[in-house]
Amino acid sequence: MSTLTAFIYDHVRTPRGKGRATGALHEVAPVELAAQVLRALGTRNGLAADAVDDVILGVVTPAGEQGCNIARTAALAAAYDQSVPGIQINRFCSSGLDAVNLAAAQVMAGQAGLIVAGGVESMSRVPMSSDGGAWYSDPRLVYQNFLAPQGIGADLIATLNGFSRGMLDEYALASQVRAARAWDEGRFQSAIVPVTDELGLVLLERDEHLRADTTLQSLAGLKPAFAQLGETAGYDAVALQRYPDVFKIRHDHTAGNSSGIVDGAAGVLIGDAETGKRLGLKPRARIRAFASAGSDPTIQLTGPVPATQKVLRRAGMTLADIDLFELNEAFASVVLWYMEEMKISHDSINVNGGAIAMGHPLGATGAMLLGTALDELERSGKTVALVTLCVGLGMGTATIIERLG
Amino acid sequence: MADLTVAVGPNGVAVLTIDTAGKPMNLATLQFGRELDEAVARIATDSEIKGAVITSAKADFMAGGDIHGMVASYDTLGTAAEVYHTIARPFTEVLRRLETSGKPYAAAINGTALGGGLELALACHFRVVADLPKLILGCPEVTIGLIPGAGGTQRLPRMLGIKSAVDLLLEGRRLLPAQAKALGVVDEVVAPADLLEAARRWVLMRGDEVQPWDRKNYVVPGGAGFFNSEITSFFNATATGISAKSQHNLPAPIALLHAVAQGTAVPIEAGLRIESRQFTKLLVDPVARNIMRNSFVSKAECDKLAGRPKDIAAFQPNAVGVIGAGLMGAGIAQVSADAGLDVVLIDLSPEQALASQQRIAAAYAKRVERGTLAAARATAALARIKPTADYAALAGCDLIVEAVFEDAAVKSAVYAKLAGVMRDGALLASNTSALPITQLAACVARPDCFIGLHFFSPVERMPLVEVIRGKSTSNATLAQALDYIKLLRKTPIIVNDAPGFFTSRVITAYLFESIGMVGDGLAPALIDNAARQAGFALGPLALMDELTLDLTYHATAKRGELAGSSWNPPYGFSVLDMLVRELGRKGRRHGAGFYEYPDGKRAPWAGLREIYHPRAPAATLAEVKERMLYIQALEAVRALEEGVIGNPGEADVGAVLGIGFPSHTGGVFSFIDTVGVRRFSHRAEQLAARFGERFRPSAGLRARAAADTRYYPMEAAS
Repeated sequence: MSTLTAFIYDHVRTPRGKGRATGALHEVAPVELAAQVLRALGTRNGLAADAVDDVILGVVTPAGEQGCNIARTAALAAAYDQSVPGIQINRFCSSGLDAVNLAAAQVMAGQAGLIVAGGVESMSRVPMSSDGGAWYSDPRLVYQNFLAPQGIGADLIATLNGFSRGMLDEYALASQVRAARAWDEGRFQSAIVPVTDELGLVLLERDEHLRADTTLQSLAGLKPAFAQLGETAGYDAVALQRYPDVFKIRHDHTAGNSSGIVDGAAGVLIGDAETGKRLGLKPRARIRAFASAGSDPTIQLTGPVPATQKVLRRAGMTLADIDLFELNEAFASVVLWYMEEMKISHDSINVNGGAIAMGHPLGATGAMLLGTALDELERSGKTVALVTLCVGLGMGTATIIERLG
Repeated sequence: MADLTVAVGPNGVAVLTIDTAGKPMNLATLQFGRELDEAVARIATDSEIKGAVITSAKADFMAGGDIHGMVASYDTLGTAAEVYHTIARPFTEVLRRLETSGKPYAAAINGTALGGGLELALACHFRVVADLPKLILGCPEVTIGLIPGAGGTQRLPRMLGIKSAVDLLLEGRRLLPAQAKALGVVDEVVAPADLLEAARRWVLMRGDEVQPWDRKNYVVPGGAGFFNSEITSFFNATATGISAKSQHNLPAPIALLHAVAQGTAVPIEAGLRIESRQFTKLLVDPVARNIMRNSFVSKAECDKLAGRPKDIAAFQPNAVGVIGAGLMGAGIAQVSADAGLDVVLIDLSPEQALASQQRIAAAYAKRVERGTLAAARATAALARIKPTADYAALAGCDLIVEAVFEDAAVKSAVYAKLAGVMRDGALLASNTSALPITQLAACVARPDCFIGLHFFSPVERMPLVEVIRGKSTSNATLAQALDYIKLLRKTPIIVNDAPGFFTSRVITAYLFESIGMVGDGLAPALIDNAARQAGFALGPLALMDELTLDLTYHATAKRGELAGSSWNPPYGFSVLDMLVRELGRKGRRHGAGFYEYPDGKRAPWAGLREIYHPRAPAATLAEVKERMLYIQALEAVRALEEGVIGNPGEADVGAVLGIGFPSHTGGVFSFIDTVGVRRFSHRAEQLAARFGERFRPSAGLRARAAADTRYYPMEAAS
C-alpha cells in the first residue's frame, strides 16, 4: 500500500508569555490563544472557514478551561465552520509534535486533505498537574514504578554522565545567547503571530521569558531546584534503587538551566499535494517519518534517543543524513546527554536557543520546535531536520522533515 | 459457645463477654467470629434487647489474631480465592453485620485492644476505655507483615481522616487511653470500675446505632478520592516514603496505603472488599509468615528460655558487678539497674568511676527528656548504680559481667584481680564478641561458673544477647545466666563456644564477602546500595568504616598467626590488608576508609579504581545481593551443623535481632526455606563454581536438598 506525502504548508506561533499572574498572556484565556493561532493560519493562507478537515491540538493539562476538547472549542471560537471537527490529544511535552505526526499520518493514509495541528498551554492559568492522574496520585503505581519527579531525573542524568554545574550553566547561557541573537536577527519573524486583545491591541509580540543579560555568574548564583525533593521527600532514595551504581545524586539543575514555565500556542498546516494545489498553497517541507518510543519511567528524560533511533530506521536514514536538530531543552542535561550519545556538535542542535531561554508551553512546544526547525532550514539552505522531545513517564517523539524548493 | 457469652440484663442491655477458651489472651479467631455472628443475629431480632455492650473476662479486651495459628497453617492455605472467602472475609462481614444490625453496640474496653480487638471496637457505635496505665490500643499488623483485615484500614480513616489514620496504621502505633481519646479513636476514658456502667448507660440513652459513614451526605473528614489534590499529594509523598524506607522488601506498607487510598474513594462495603483482597495477598505471601514466625514464635521460645536446663532453681542476682565502664559496660549497668538490680560498676580509677557516673546520669536524663523513661524511675535506677575503682565492692555480687578491652591478656588480668574478691560460686560472664570462652575460663578458679554474655550495641536498644557456653560451663551457670537475661527483658540465644560464636561468625562472612567484592573491582556504591536493597540497614563498607577497619583486620590477622601456614585467609582479607596495613585507611574516625570523609560526610574515594580496576562484565545488583545473603546463610548452616547453635529458630532470632539480617526473610534458615532448600543448594553450587569454594554447600545441606527437607517446621525437620 503506498502512501501520499504529507506537506507542511505553513506554521505560526504566539510569542511565549511568562507563566505567572504577571505574564503578558495571563489575561488571555487558552481558548483564545489557540483561536488566534487558528485564525492566523486561516488568514495567512486565504483559507475558507470550512477548508480544514480537522484540528488536532495538544494540551498537557486538559482540566478546567483547558478541558472539554479545547480543539473543537477553539475552532468554533476562530470562526471555523461548524463542519470542522477538533480533537485534543495528550502525550505530555511532545503533544504539539504528536499532533503534527497524527495529522501527517491521516494525510499520508489519504484520509484527510488538510489539517491544523499544534498545541496550546496556559500554564499561568491552568497549573501543571491540575488534571490529577494515576501517575502520581495512585500510591501503588508511584511505588511500583519507582517514580520520581523529572527534575530528579535531570539531576541523575547529569550525575551519571559527569555533567558539572558549570557545564549545565554554560549550556543554559548558550540558549539565552542564541535565542537573543535569533530574535534580534528576525529569525522568528515569519512565524510569530503577536497576541492581541479583542480591540486588536498588541498584548505580546516577543518571547518575554528570555533574559539577554544572563551571565555565567548570574546562573551560578541560583539555588538547586530539586535538592529538597530529592533529599527530604525521599525521591533520591527511590531513584537510586533503579540506579544502584550511583553513590549520591548531585542536584545541579536550577530555574536557570531548566525550561521556563510559559503560556503559548502554535499551529502547523499540514496537507496533501492535491488540496494544496487546489487552494493555491506552496508546500514548504515534507514530513519524512515520525516515531514515538518509551524509555525508563524513573529517570523519565531519556526518550529522545530511542525515538531518534526509531525514526531514523523508519525513514531509512542515518544521523549523517540530518543537517539540523531541535531537541526540547526541558533540562540542560537532557541535551548534553543527547549530544554525547548521538555524537552531535552543539553547532547543529538548538541553534536558535530553546526552552531554557524562551520557555516550554507544554502542549504547544512540539509544534513550535518544528516551525523553528523549518524556518532555520529555509534561512540556512539546509535540507533535513530532526525534531524531538523528551516526555514524562519516559517517552520520546521524533519527526524528520525535509525542506522543499 | 466457647469464646463468647451473652447475658441479657433486666434493662434489656445484652452484655457480650469475650473469653477465648484455653488461651491466656483473647484472640480474633474464626470460631470467635462465628459465635459473635450468632449473637449479633440474635440481638438484631430480639425486640426485648435494646442494644449490647461488648467486653472481656480477661485482663485484655482482645490481643489480636492467632499468630501462631497463622504461621502453622501457612503451608496448608489454599488458593488466594479460597483464602479470601474462608479466612479473609468471615470476620469482617460479621463486623459489618454488627454495625448495620440496627441495634446500638458499645465497646467497654477493659484491657489492651490490638489488631482485630480494636477493629471489633471500631465496628461498635461507641467506645469507652478503662483508664489503666498499661492498656494499649492499636493496629500493629503492618509490623508483622500484614494489614488490619477487619475494617481497620476503612473505619479509622472514616473516623480520623486519611492522614491521621495512615500515620497510625503505617507505624503500627500503640496508643494509651488518653492518646486514643485525643485522636478520636475512642469516645470516653473512665475509671475501670465505671466502665460497664458507662457503656450500658450509653446503650440505654439510645445512642446512634448508625455509623457516621452509613448516614446520608457523609464525607471522609479532611477529604478523600482522586480529585482531591491535597490528598493525592499525600498519597504520592507517603508512597515515596515507603519506597525509600523499605527498599521494596516489605509488601505490607504499600498494601496498607493502597487499601486506604482506594477504599476511602468508594463506599465502605467496597472499601472492606478492597481491604480483604490486600489482606489475602499478604497472608499468602511468605514474608508475613517469615516475620511472624521469627518475631513471634521463635522469639517467644527464646524469651521463655526454652533451652534453659531444667531442675535448676530460678535465679535473681542480689547484685550485679560490671567491670569496665566504657560504652558496653555502662550500657549493661543501665539495663541491669532498669531491671531493679543493684549494680557495682568498676572503673580503672576513682576519677574514671566518677566520670562514668556522670555519663550514665546524662544518659538517663536524655531518656527522661525523650519521654521514654519516667523521671522517678530514672532516679531510682541511677541510685542503684555504684561506680567505684575498688574491686572489693564486688564481693557481694552474685553475677559479674566483664566488659573491658577486647584482649585476652587484659581480661585475664581482670580475672586475676577478681580471684581474691569474687564469691565462690558467683557467675563470671565476659561480654567478649569473639575471644574463646573456654580459653578465658581457663584463667579462673571456677571455670564451671564462667560464661559468655555477648551484648550488642547500643545495649539499651538491642534486645539480643548471645549466651555462649564454654566447654566447662555448667548447666546451673547457663540456667542462671539465662534467668538474668530474662530479668533484663532481653532475648537470649544459646551458643556453644566456637570461633566467632554465631553472630560474629555470620556477620564477618558477610563483611569479608563485601570487602572481597571491592577487590573484584565493584564500586562501593553498588556494594552498599545492594546491601540496603537486600534489606540491611547500613551498607557493609560504610559499616566497616564506622566500626574501624583495623579491629577486624588485627583480629583476623591474629587468627592467621595462630593458625600458622595452613591458614586460609577469608575472601577479601587482602583488600583489608591493603587498606589498613599499606595505606593506613582505618575508617571514618581516622578520616578515610573505603570512603573519604571531607567535612565528616561520607564521599566516594576516587583512588579506589586505580587499585582495584572495574572489571567487565559489570556485576549486577541481583548478583551482589545474592552473594551477601547466601554467604551468611551458608555460614549459618555450617554453624548449625557444627553444633554451635541448637536450632534454626534460635539462629534466625540471632540473625535478625543481632546482625540485622533482613526481617522480611525471617532469618537465615527461613531465607533458605523461602528460596527452597533444593534451589538454594543448587544455586550455591553455581555460586561456588563462579566465585569460590566458600559458597560450596555442606554435605549436610546437600543431603537435605536431595531429600527436600526444609528447616521449618522444626519438629518435622531433622
